[in-house]
Amino acid sequence: MSIMSVPKAPRIWQLAERRYRLIGTQCLKCGRVFIGPRKICPQCGSRELRDIELPKRGKIYSYTVVRNPPVEREKQGPYIIAIVELENGCKLTTEIVDCSPEEIDIGTVVEAVFRKIGEEDKTGVIYYGCKFRPVK
Amino acid sequence: MSMRGEVAVIGVGMTKFGEHWDKQLRDLFVEAALEAIEDAQVDLRDIKAMFIGNMGSGLWVEQEHLGPLLADYLGIPGTPSLKIESACASSGMAFRLGVISVAVGLYDIVLVGGVEKTSDVTHGESIHHLASVADREWEAFYGMTLPALFALIAKRHMMQYGTTREQLAKVAVKNHKHGSYNPKAQFQRPISIEDVLNSPLVADPLRLLDCSPISDGAAVAIIARSDIARKFTDTPVYVLGSGVATDTIALHDRDDITTFKSIVLAAREAYKMAKVEPKDINVAEVHDSFTIAEILAYEDLGFVKKGEGGKLIDEGVTELGGKIPVNTSGGLKARGHSPGATGIAQIVEIVLQLRNDAGKRQVSNAEIGLTQNIGGSGASCVIHIFGNKR
Repeated sequence: MSIMSVPKAPRIWQLAERRYRLIGTQCLKCGRVFIGPRKICPQCGSRELRDIELPKRGKIYSYTVVRNPPVEREKQGPYIIAIVELENGCKLTTEIVDCSPEEIDIGTVVEAVFRKIGEEDKTGVIYYGCKFRPVK
Repeated sequence: MSMRGEVAVIGVGMTKFGEHWDKQLRDLFVEAALEAIEDAQVDLRDIKAMFIGNMGSGLWVEQEHLGPLLADYLGIPGTPSLKIESACASSGMAFRLGVISVAVGLYDIVLVGGVEKTSDVTHGESIHHLASVADREWEAFYGMTLPALFALIAKRHMMQYGTTREQLAKVAVKNHKHGSYNPKAQFQRPISIEDVLNSPLVADPLRLLDCSPISDGAAVAIIARSDIARKFTDTPVYVLGSGVATDTIALHDRDDITTFKSIVLAAREAYKMAKVEPKDINVAEVHDSFTIAEILAYEDLGFVKKGEGGKLIDEGVTELGGKIPVNTSGGLKARGHSPGATGIAQIVEIVLQLRNDAGKRQVSNAEIGLTQNIGGSGASCVIHIFGNKR
């Protein structure tokens, strides 16, 4: 049985720019910032939101090492996944790279790096986005 | 209107949860449904509608349109029947909708069920499918998995409240012990704290024995208007309260990931409708998809204050024989977790307990029971409160 729900080209294109440049959404009323486009603020209900480029630095809020990966990452081996809280309070999910799990903890300062996220197959789309690494 | 006491469960049935290599989704459902129909002493033709919880038949077995499929294979094509999806809370939600349909007087007798068939794909494919309960674009796309979400929660809970690795292990030990008394449980062998601590890491700090399995299974309940329930059974179990809530789909969009707001909100609705408080609950089935989830459930259901869930497991309060036994079936951990069927499987256990039919795991004098079923990392939650008196 094939995995049909891995992203395909048109779907990747819809969010490519936001993923590449780390663009989020800020509510103009309550100030809350979200990763991903939104028309309505889930916190205060306001419909006045604008796109903003997110800070490229933040701290690890929580993290773990994935040792039982989904099928599309089975060849990758264990990887670190985290929620990072950016300098403006926006939280997002990301992989932490260029370090071992022993080198990080909750609170570790990290910065965004542009990386390959995955690929479909030999002839399919390669998709990119931001991962984070500890600030040396 | 209040639905309190308007609807009763008159029969229950379920398959054993586990790896049913020789059975298809429809076989599992029909097996559970026939058991429930026999238990309820109703005729198949008495069933006026079906609500079926299922999380991912389209993903796992590429079969949608379960409503008509399952009515057809149950021999009652023509019956209104539809699938309800809310991730791992699918059949808890199906139960709620079935109860509403009876309470408003639309139908007299309704079949509510849940079913999932997961073992026809590889483990990696199942992990991929399970990640669809999270935000595919902003969580799963970046490599997030369901166990990893709960690992992030565990890590924060341990940091903020001092919950220990051993306390998490004790949840699995308790539930395996309970499961050893349940002939329908997937795992019927006791385990030790050392077994948990020495099992392979899945997503640090969670280990294999902190995680529920991904099971095949089906569970069914037959519900009826309370005023006709005694025509079919001497031991109707009444639905006293029902609550549902949601939260942000992505874990990272919540202020505090050590509490499931959806549980708090759904519990508030259910307790209010049932006119009971947490201290009135005699037995509960909670959603221990991972050991940390049971700790959060204790706190968010109000059994203890936030942060003290670990203490509750240390004191043995939630063991059989304790003040409020939790997951007497073995829970998701040992009875098994068949995403679409788990919600009704929890209800099956509480109904058996309140009918005094739970055998070796019977809680003495149980009169009020609670089920709590969440979807994904708590983005949805459904809670029901039952009583053996109206």
